Amino acid sequence: MKKTKILIATAVLSIATFVAIAADHIDAPAVQGGTSDITDFYAFRGEETSNLVLIANVQGLLTPNATSSATFDENVLLEFNIDTDDDNVEDLVIQATPRDGKMYFFGPTAPAQTGLNSTIVSTSSNAAVVDITSYGASAIVEEFGGMKFFAGPRDDPFFFDFNTYTEIIAGNASGFNNPGDDTFAGTNVLSVVVEVPKSMIGGSGTIKTWVESKRKQ
Amino acid sequence: MKFNTIKLLSLAIAVSLVAVNCSDDDDNTTAPTEINFSGTYMQEDQMGRPAINTVFVNDGMKDTFNTTVPSEMGAAFQAAFQAKLEALSPAYDPASPEDANALGFTAEQFTGVLATDVLTVSLDAPTTFFDGTNILTGRNLTDDVIDVELILIFGGEDGLTNPEYPGLTSDNVAANDKTFLTSFPYLASPW
Repeated sequence: MKKTKILIATAVLSIATFVAIAADHIDAPAVQGGTSDITDFYAFRGEETSNLVLIANVQGLLTPNATSSATFDENVLLEFNIDTDDDNVEDLVIQATPRDGKMYFFGPTAPAQTGLNSTIVSTSSNAAVVDITSYGASAIVEEFGGMKFFAGPRDDPFFFDFNTYTEIIAGNASGFNNPGDDTFAGTNVLSVVVEVPKSMIGGSGTIKTWVESKRKQ
Repeated sequence: MKFNTIKLLSLAIAVSLVAVNCSDDDDNTTAPTEINFSGTYMQEDQMGRPAINTVFVNDGMKDTFNTTVPSEMGAAFQAAFQAKLEALSPAYDPASPEDANALGFTAEQFTGVLATDVLTVSLDAPTTFFDGTNILTGRNLTDDVIDVELILIFGGEDGLTNPEYPGLTSDNVAANDKTFLTSFPYLASPW
């Protein structure tokens, strides 16, 4: 990264930090506001109820202006973890990482290894690629093998009067206001959305899921 | 692995990616000539349920929490979560360990669940953080997860109907600032 770029990034970071926050926005001092900073995670039944939708958002509190230049980091791997046997250890992963304007997906597949370090299971027979949707463009969606894929900027779906919560915690307010004020209104995130047939991730019963961001060493 | 092997492998992967990429807008997907997916990726952030790290992990421990595997989180963080919960909410009085929330969980039981930060998802039932009937079967975009958490933290035993600290059990923001889509990718377009 060039020095000017770093300076701009630092400036943007300090602004983001100043407004700072919440669902998982800003919970990671080591990577706060950076390209691996996860803001949110969702898992819900799809429009087609035999499918499950997984959403990972990163790089929170993007203003519209900042969104147009925000990009996924090619050194960052986003990994959806799925535990199918209730031991809080991933049995399946869905990996997503960008290259040259496209988001590549691998899985659901058994990980090469569980835990904090990952390698990309690029030999998985479940593999797909989608063009990353540019800011302002219509959402580009790819479908393959019953799965659907999207990557690009979206409105931050999280809503919370985080500023008042902070005031309460700091002892400066005794309760929330009514109406409250959504701290995340008008801001964007970078989103990765995958829809997967439930038959590929356990079929029935209950699974445990979480999302991780990992950086190439 | 020798460089040539890597090159060949990358090419094979690139080809297979293109081969499996059956889409209706193929003109958008030019063939990658050589893509490198090798290397080890080390964890920096993780998340299961919303706002857990934000609310329950003290400054100085947040990075550690983000790099602890879920199977070890309970043992590593339950006690600290309980101390934090009891300090945060007068609805859990350490002198009255039987104090509970609307789910009937005491501070120890509640934090025992929360410390392992994974999202439980039902593949059979409707998915929701809490919809009045289903509890923790997933997380919908529309779920007011913060109010649910506030009720469980500050509401006491009757948090749903008669909360102990009513000024703290809702932030009075009940919905997103944009309407979600009914179809993939579900998220609203950016501002």
